[in-house]
Amino acid sequence: MALQVEDLRVHYRTMRGDVRALDGVSFGLEDGEIMGLAGESGCGKTTLGKSLIRLDGRMRHVGGTAVLDGEELPINDDKAMNARRFNDVSIIPQYSMSAMNPTRKIGKLTADLLRAKGKSYREVKPELVRRLELVGLSEKVLDNYPIELSGGMKQRMVMVLSTLLDPSLLIADEVTSALDVSNQKAVAETLVRFRDLGFVKSMIVVTHDLSLVYQIADTIMIMYAGQVVEKAPADTIIKSPSHPYTQALIGALPEVGLEYGDKRLKSIPGKPPQLLNPPTGCRFRARCPLAHDRCAEEPPAVQIADDHVASCWKVES
Amino acid sequence: MGRYFRRKLLIYGITFFIAVTINFAIPRLMPGDPVARMLSRNAVSNPESSEALRSYFDNLFGLDVPMWQQYLNYWGALFQGDLGVSIFAFPSSVSSVVLDALPYTLALLLPSILLSWFVGNGLGAMAARNKLLDNTVLPIGYLFTAVPYMWLAILLAWTGGIILGWFPVAGGYSFALLPAPTWTFFVDLVQHWFLPFLSLFVVALGGWAIGMRNLVIYELESDYTNYMQALGAPQRLVRRYAFRNAMLPQISGLALQLGVVVGGALVTEAVFAYPGLGSLMLNAIQNQDFFLLQGILLFIVIGVLLFNFLADVVYVLVDPRTRLGLEGGQS
Repeated sequence: MALQVEDLRVHYRTMRGDVRALDGVSFGLEDGEIMGLAGESGCGKTTLGKSLIRLDGRMRHVGGTAVLDGEELPINDDKAMNARRFNDVSIIPQYSMSAMNPTRKIGKLTADLLRAKGKSYREVKPELVRRLELVGLSEKVLDNYPIELSGGMKQRMVMVLSTLLDPSLLIADEVTSALDVSNQKAVAETLVRFRDLGFVKSMIVVTHDLSLVYQIADTIMIMYAGQVVEKAPADTIIKSPSHPYTQALIGALPEVGLEYGDKRLKSIPGKPPQLLNPPTGCRFRARCPLAHDRCAEEPPAVQIADDHVASCWKVES
Repeated sequence: MGRYFRRKLLIYGITFFIAVTINFAIPRLMPGDPVARMLSRNAVSNPESSEALRSYFDNLFGLDVPMWQQYLNYWGALFQGDLGVSIFAFPSSVSSVVLDALPYTLALLLPSILLSWFVGNGLGAMAARNKLLDNTVLPIGYLFTAVPYMWLAILLAWTGGIILGWFPVAGGYSFALLPAPTWTFFVDLVQHWFLPFLSLFVVALGGWAIGMRNLVIYELESDYTNYMQALGAPQRLVRRYAFRNAMLPQISGLALQLGVVVGGALVTEAVFAYPGLGSLMLNAIQNQDFFLLQGILLFIVIGVLLFNFLADVVYVLVDPRTRLGLEGGQS
């Protein structure tokens, strides 16, 4: 197993108290697995992605562990974590368009980053050029400043740069959000290709575009209010989800080929709970059509199949 | 890029023309008659000789022809490098009077601007990453920039000159000495120079430090910094990038500051009775010395335009974004 996360808790410090963005998240990631991570805005997707590589100033690691390739990630220790970043864990950020220093040539920037990791730019360069060509960029971009590249080119450049040291885990955070549909597809396919070519071992693709992630992911994990509600193979999540929240989420997606006419798409009534003071028991309770008394208690993580877990009182193993 | 500079040069040319024209007009719009003033100063009581002197001076200064003729003559003389004769320092030429004052102003302003820029940027950049330093540099910086020049100058003259008695409070050098290339005279110059320099340095320092601190913090919170940190780049590299990018606006700011150098620091020079261009300008206004005032303003205009142009050039050189924008980056 490439990555094993146990009971991860990360809070945001605010003036009014701690916001529990991640409240006991546990999951595993197999070697070579591409996991789609989906959920509504504010459910903790990005926080989870960030926690595995770099906590920002407001985040506080409260508890839980993440073990990558048998070695624990020192989430809390920024300095110790530096040795793992880029080498073992890497990220393609949400903001690829502005991720590169605007006043430095891309080749020089790459050289600076490699040198910081004790790697020689000259030695890595042939491989870098090969990978650039793989994503349709010429060697010349290394002599360009980021502003000379189009948005799509910048995105591809960042993808190559982030995976240059063959990390074991890659976090792709909303990588397709800023792109048009054809570029989205190309980026998604590139991610799969990177995995197939062994540039990255496993991948977490954070997104709220379920239909896109369905095309590339092996498994999908659904989060709600800072917790994992269900994780299963992509097909299972889309075709036969077990958790009522997943069902509602999938139910809100339009289906290709169906005539909706005057009918409105189903949406989920209500709003996700405040994470400043989250409710006890099942957090989806207030919006769940199946809720009953038992839901006031913390629901168990039910192992429905080998690779299918859902946290709900109503599902049966 | 050639097109860009041609256009810039054209704009600067037009600005120069307009500035010189205004420069010509303003002294003549001032109330009073400089020649009458000169005559009264020379205490010429005899009406006949007064009349003769008057026409002599009018002719000498070129005031006896219509305004439009004066204007054309002014341009003509300008291109020959002739700025006319000073009324207040008659019969010295304007050029020589200005050139006498210029070294004092440059010696005062160049070091204070450059030093405050270097020290301020250094302090600001350090404050941006050190909480303790930030909590001291920032309030002191705000205090310094908010202080009016003349108030600080008076305060410094009072403490350094009157109470402590370490420095003289007025003049460019002691009245007891004559300018000579001797050690004594040089020490005397430096002593007179120090307090005005300090007042200018301190006020400018705060501004640079605050500006740099904010710029560095902005850069340290930018996306590219975040990305570098996520890829485990060491603090040293992150700070180097942030510092370099934060310097760009400061560099053009410096060029603009240097543009006003030739104007002198009128208020500071007035407080310390320092014989620079600022004091000279004050004298020229008080004595309705058209020609001297024109000459000084011309120096200022040329200085501002020159350094503005320099700022344009420097910015194009140091920031690839501007440079590539002009060349039309490849897509």
